[in-house]
Parts: sequence; structure tokens; C-alpha cells
Amino acid sequence: MSENKSETWRKAIAGQAAKIAGDDVVLWRAEDLMLYEYDGLSTMGKPDLVVFPSTTQHVSEIVKLANRNNLPVIARGAGTGLSGGAVVSSGGIVLGFSRMKKILEIDIENQRARVQPGVVNLDLSLAVSDFGYYYAPDPSSQKACTLGGNVAENSGGPHTLAYGVTTNHVLGLEVVLPNGEVIHTGAAYLDPPGYDLTGLFVGSEGTLGIVTEITVRLTRKPEAVKTLLAIYDRVHDATSTVASITAEGITPAALEMLDGFTLRAIEDATHAGYPRDSAAVLLIELEGLREAVEEESTQVEAVCRANCVRQIRVAQNAEERDKLWQGRKNAFGAMGRISPNYYVQDGVIPRTRLPEMLDFIGEAGARYDLRIGNIFHAGDGNLHPLIMFDARDAGQSGRVLKAASEIMMKCAEMGGSITGEHGVGIEKSELMPLIFSEQDIEMMKTIKSIFNPKDSFNPGKVFPTGKLCGELRVQISEGAARG
Amino acid sequence: MALAPPQTPDVPRASGYGPGEAPKWEVYSKCTHCGLCLNSCPTYRELGVEMDSPRGRIYQMVQVAKGRVPVNESFVQHIDLCLDCRACETACPSGVEYGRLVEAARGQIQTYYQRPVFESFLRRFFLCQVVPNRFRLELIGNILRLYQRSGLERLIQTSGLLRWAPGRLANVAQLAPRMEKPFFFHRLGTIVPAVGPRKYRVAFFAGCIANLSFTSLNEATLRVLVKNGCEVVIPKAQGCCGALQVHAGFRDVARKLARQNIQVFNGPDFDAVITNAAGCGSVLKEYPQLFEDAQTAFLEPARKFSNRMQDVSEFLAAIELNREMKATPLKVTYQDPCHLGHAQRIRKAPRLLLNAIPGLELVELKESEVCCGSAGIYNIIQNEMAERLLASKMQRVDETGADTIVTANPGCMLQLRSGIARSANPARKVMHVVELLDQAYNGDHLL
Repeated sequence: MSENKSETWRKAIAGQAAKIAGDDVVLWRAEDLMLYEYDGLSTMGKPDLVVFPSTTQHVSEIVKLANRNNLPVIARGAGTGLSGGAVVSSGGIVLGFSRMKKILEIDIENQRARVQPGVVNLDLSLAVSDFGYYYAPDPSSQKACTLGGNVAENSGGPHTLAYGVTTNHVLGLEVVLPNGEVIHTGAAYLDPPGYDLTGLFVGSEGTLGIVTEITVRLTRKPEAVKTLLAIYDRVHDATSTVASITAEGITPAALEMLDGFTLRAIEDATHAGYPRDSAAVLLIELEGLREAVEEESTQVEAVCRANCVRQIRVAQNAEERDKLWQGRKNAFGAMGRISPNYYVQDGVIPRTRLPEMLDFIGEAGARYDLRIGNIFHAGDGNLHPLIMFDARDAGQSGRVLKAASEIMMKCAEMGGSITGEHGVGIEKSELMPLIFSEQDIEMMKTIKSIFNPKDSFNPGKVFPTGKLCGELRVQISEGAARG
Repeated sequence: MALAPPQTPDVPRASGYGPGEAPKWEVYSKCTHCGLCLNSCPTYRELGVEMDSPRGRIYQMVQVAKGRVPVNESFVQHIDLCLDCRACETACPSGVEYGRLVEAARGQIQTYYQRPVFESFLRRFFLCQVVPNRFRLELIGNILRLYQRSGLERLIQTSGLLRWAPGRLANVAQLAPRMEKPFFFHRLGTIVPAVGPRKYRVAFFAGCIANLSFTSLNEATLRVLVKNGCEVVIPKAQGCCGALQVHAGFRDVARKLARQNIQVFNGPDFDAVITNAAGCGSVLKEYPQLFEDAQTAFLEPARKFSNRMQDVSEFLAAIELNREMKATPLKVTYQDPCHLGHAQRIRKAPRLLLNAIPGLELVELKESEVCCGSAGIYNIIQNEMAERLLASKMQRVDETGADTIVTANPGCMLQLRSGIARSANPARKVMHVVELLDQAYNGDHLL
């Protein structure tokens, strides 16, 4: 896909980059660049250069170097993204943030921390854990993904239901703009005056600027946590429980649903304690003051029983709770055990329509002769259908994309969204017209052109090219590639 | 150097691996390149580049299999830098058996890639001629012991002579294990009776280099076992486990060693075969992997062997432990050996044993699951990376305020000792779990 430059040319630019950032932080040889053609989703083109900056100054200077040579710049955290946000569509310089991973300041009194973008999400929580705090957004990849990537994608996670997504936890940013200038947005406190530029940058997927420093809010660990596993013999009983829980006015910290197919794969992988003979389970987490949690728990259990739950198990200690969550958080990867390839989708629907959507997915799977597992952040209607396939079979790969597209269209039709937390990236740019009008998209493009007029930052992402319509842009390839 | 000429992409072509064992599709196709392994990988944590991450290494192996790139210097460099610590296996949700992949890739490198002549000679000489041969080991052990005890070693170390030594020889020299007197070899072929009624009959796997430099650890292990009702048989004809050879890609040599051990230990009826070395235990339990694609007649015997193989902490934690221990008021921290925690998935057993010692305070070590840099002979051949990992490890140890680091593998003990010797607190001790148990049992006597 990319028009890569010659090795001599790359070596020359690499020399200039090395003068800025240091000798051992620039990759230009083909065999090294090959390792930057994939992320958690797919394999795409190779970059022309990969540079690992260690300061904001480096980032700014490399951006200017790229400008002088008309090269796009693509920011990359850990490369765990699931929409192709960090892969390269048409060559350019990848700025890898794996070495900018210092926690610059922990300010417990004011419940905030200042970090470099390469800090791993879970590492921040571990660093403040002794003080009784954590960083609330918890994407399933939290043990590997970086906060910079989280900001770019506005990542969510199972606890989004109660705590919100990344944007609700970012107070301020330092950003390098496409012209190399450095700006600061937000402040170390809530609600600073002026426009909310922080909000604009969070979730902009590297198309407006590159974040070089992040001030985040820290959250105090709850006094009590209770994790329940509700086990069902019928999927519909599980989905109706979800609707009933929210109808009762209860907001659990997390409310996850896994169908039988998925939970069996997970059980084989992590022995999380999900009964293999069940049709679906709900993982329900309640947090807060001890008394409140107990009261809510009684209410939740009553709702489950009213919806024909087979059994409710309560995690007795931290170890049991971790086990239950390990299963959920490793769910995507666990698919690797039962199928050589899988394609994870990310969509949103109103949670009241979960039963209808499940039927639709089941029917689509049957129609295209594909096995589809279901895992939902059920509480906020965020779906993750997992479509199994074998990429060595070209026919299957084609059917996978068709089935996934249909599911996305159904989400849009139900008044939902084409992505809940994985971002648009390269994968879903052509689906944007499903949920936004031409005017909506034009306004976003206008804003982009103010910051990024030459489309030099992460080109080919987020916005439809207009050449395709309603198609998923993923390359499904064989081998270690998931597609 | 290259196995296959570079070719243009996107044309199906033959694998870059030669005939014989190579990374298998059934194993690597499980990798979904989700990246959840990255932050668990010691080399990725240090360098931050995909080429030195588990996902990236697998990707490189896949590209060789696809014939897109050959087994060349770049490939070898990144596969060599892997510690084979298998932390990525713990992190991997898809159950990718990374150890199998990297070991197969190293087999390919050893068979088909031409390393510089002297390096190649040293590898083969040490791993295939010295380590598996009791008499050469003993000879070298005697020379080293003389060197260490005559004062010559101290003279050389204090003289500053090593500063003029090439490369990182000075660093490597201080990793040399202390030769003990007597060697453990004289125990081979003996049987140590249980103290009190015999409840179990077990075999002890003594190792190779451990016979020279871990006599006291092996003796402590015997004392702890017999005090727990074990009659311990120490078969005479046993040899090196083959772990170093498997990690370096000498699969045929490893198979030869495996066959001998299988023969020696499979005959008599033992309740368990026990080792105190996590690195050995892991490969001993994985003997069947060596016979899946070659010399398959040994697959069944290898399975029988590996089913009986147990780490000493695994064995002790599963039986009713003798709790007649004296109070041991030490503040200790525990470093998980990678080949115990990741390869054998044994994390609770050693902690359970430590918590059974009265008066002992166990402080958890942050990142105890991250490799200390020892990794067999990795600290010798990849000394720079090993030193970086050790420095991070020592920092974490300092945070615990513990006066003893406990671990469960001789290799890790050497590496940690070398870290302590250069730290601000050189009085800190490194002990094996069974040595602490032995101390609590009052086991300072010879059996």
C-alpha cells in the first residue's frame, strides 16, 4: 500500500533524525521496519522510518524534519490498538513512544499524576496503588497499552459504565502540532477557562497533534468491591437482566456479558471459573461504601433471580475476583486457541435492544457460515462480536468482512454507533457516513484542517476517502495476522 | 550467511527454514499479535522495540517461514537477545507456547547459520563437550577451585588487570560460581534413608554444574527431603538435563542427554523425581517436546519421565510438611525464577513454604515475575542486557528492605549474588527456598 522510499534515502533521513534524537533510536533498515507494519488489528504498509523520542523537544524537531521532507508522522504507543490507528497507510515516520515512559509527578493530595505518553496504563495504577489510588479507565489491554494511545483513542474498558472513558480522566495535555509547535491544553484542575481543547484532542486519533505529556486524574480505590458471576441457561435471560438492572436504577461499576461460545474458550484459556455448560454469564461488579454495596448486591441478586438466573456466585476474595476478571480481560486473545484467526468488532446499541441484536448476530453467523462469539460491555450497550475464521481460506475472509459490515450497519440502524471504544482508525473510516451527516463530517474536517492543514499527521484515518462506501478497511492476511 | 536469497515480497515462496525442526504453524498461528505480551518481556521493557518483543520475534519467525526474509544476522541478533524466560507465555491469552517457538528457531540457527568461527567453537565446546561430561567438568572444577582458593583470583581482581581484558570479560569473570569442597559428585550412586518412617521414595536430580558449585544447596535439599519422610535415591548414571543445549539450539545433544536420564530414572519405581533447579526442572518436564518430531520412539518414555518430575518446592508444598522448625526471624523477599513461575507455573508453592517458617517475614518483591537477567548462560553471552535487568532488579530489592533474597534456581542465585556484591548493601544474602527450610530444621550437619 505504501510507496516506500529507497534505502539510501531512508538512511540519509535517518542520519538527520539520529542527530536530533540519538543514534540508537532510529530504525531505517527494511528488516526492522517490517516489525512496524502491524498493530493489534491488522497488517498494513511499512513506515519509512521509526524514531523513538525521549523528550518533547525531540518530537517537535522530528515533526519539523518530517515536514521538510514531506513525510507523514504517525504516533504509536504499544501498537495494541484494534482499529489500525497506529499503522501506516502511506509511508512516513512512525514516532514510537515506548521510551517516553516516565511518570513525571504523582500528586496524591490533588489526586493527579503527570506522565509521559509511553507509560503503560496498568503501570500507573500500580505506581499509585500503595497510596490507595488507581487510574480508572481500564481497557482490556491495560497491561500493555500506553496512556498516549488511550488518549488518542479515548479508550474505555469494563468500568466505563460507572467511571466514564479516558476523556473524563484527562485534565491537561502537552501537544506537538503538525507544524512542530508545542501547546498546552487544560490545567491541573477541573473546568479551566476557555475552549476545552483537551476534549478536542482526546479521541482525535493522532490527526490533530501528538501528545507528549498527560495530566490525569487519579481515583481513590473504593472501600468495598463485590464481584458477582450470574450464570444463565438461556441467553435472553441474561440480556433481559441487563435491561432490568438499569431499569431498577442500579449502576454497577461494570456489567459484562459473555455468551456460551466465548466463555468456554476463555475457560479453557484462563480457568476463570465460568461454567462451561452455561449459555451466558454476566460479570457484575459493585463498588462503593460497604453498606451501599451490600444493599445493591441484594437488589441485583433479586433482579437476576426474577430473570431466571441458574446460579449466582460471589467472589470471596481478591484472588477470586482477579480470576474472574482475568478471564474477561484475556477474552480476545483466548480466541487464538480455538481459531487460527478472529476478527473483533466494536459497536454500540441501546442496551434495551441487546436481545434483538444477539438474534441478528446469530443469524448473520449462520448465513455466512461463521462462528461468532459475543462479549459485551452490556451495561453501556457496547458489543464485541468475535468472528472466527481461517485466513488461509480466502472465501472465509471475504465472508468475515461482509458479516462484520452487516453488524455495524445494524448498530447504526438501531441508533447506536460503529465504535464504542476501539476508535475509527483506518478500519472504520468508510463507515462514518452511517452515523454522521455530510455536514457533520465536513465540520470535523474543517477543525482538522485548522490543526493539520496538509494532512501530515496520521493521514488516511478517521475520515471516509469517498472511494469506498460502508466497507470495512481491513486487510485479512494469513500467518500470525489476525485480520 | 543467509539461508535463502532475499526475494521480492508478495509472491508465495518456500520457507526460509531448513529441513528438520522449525517453528510450527500450529504454534505460531495462535499469535494474534494483540501485543498483550509486550510489557512482560524484559528486553522490550528495556529497549522498547518490536524486534525485541515476543510478538515481534514471532512475527520475524513467521516471515522466515513465509520465505519473506532469510535467517540472517538481524534475525539471529533478535532471537539471541531473547532470554527464553517465557514471561510472555504467562501474559499470552491465546496460549502461544513461545518457548517451543524460540527453541525451534534456535535449533534452525544452530544447524544452518554460520556464526563467527571462534564464537561457534566456544559454544559447541562448552555446551557439548564440557557441561555434559562429568570428568571434564570435574577437571575444570578442580582448576577453578585452585584458582579461587590460592588467592590468585583475588589478586587478579584487585590488581585491576581485568580492566584491560577485552569486551565485558571483567563483568563476566565475577559471575563465575564459587567452587565448593567437596564436589557433590561423590553422592551420586548413594541412597539417603528417611528420618523416621519412610513415606516416599524419591529420586534426586543433581544437575551438572551444581555438582561443583552448589554442593551445599544439594545437601540442604537432601536434608529437607529426608526430614519429610523421603528416602532419596541419587542415581549414579544421571547427567546434565540438557536445558542449556535446548536454549542454544543443540537439540541432538539435548536429546542424547534426555535419553540417558530417561533410562536412568524411568526404571525404578519412584514417587517423584526431584530437582532444586527451576531451569533444569522446566526442560526435564518438557522432554516430550524433544521427541515429537525426532526419535519418536522415546516420546512415551519421555512422557512417563516428565510426569514424575517435580520441583522440590512443588513436591514439599503438596505433602504434609514437617513443621518442626525453629523460629527464623528474617525479613526476606522472593524472586520468582522464570522457569519456575512462567515455564512451570509454580508461584504459590515456594511462598507457601516460606510462610510455613515461623518468625519469617515475607515481603513481596514488585516485578518479581520479571527476569533477573540470569537465564542460563545468558548473563555471559548477553552480558550487557543481563546487567541492565539486574540493575532494575536490585532497585526493586532495595525497596523491600529485605535482608535476604530467596529464589529457587541456582542460576538466579549466582546472578543475584553478583548484583548484591556490587550494591550498597553487600551483606544481603541470597538463599534457595530449601536452604531456608533447612536452616529452620536446624540442618547444619552432614547426613
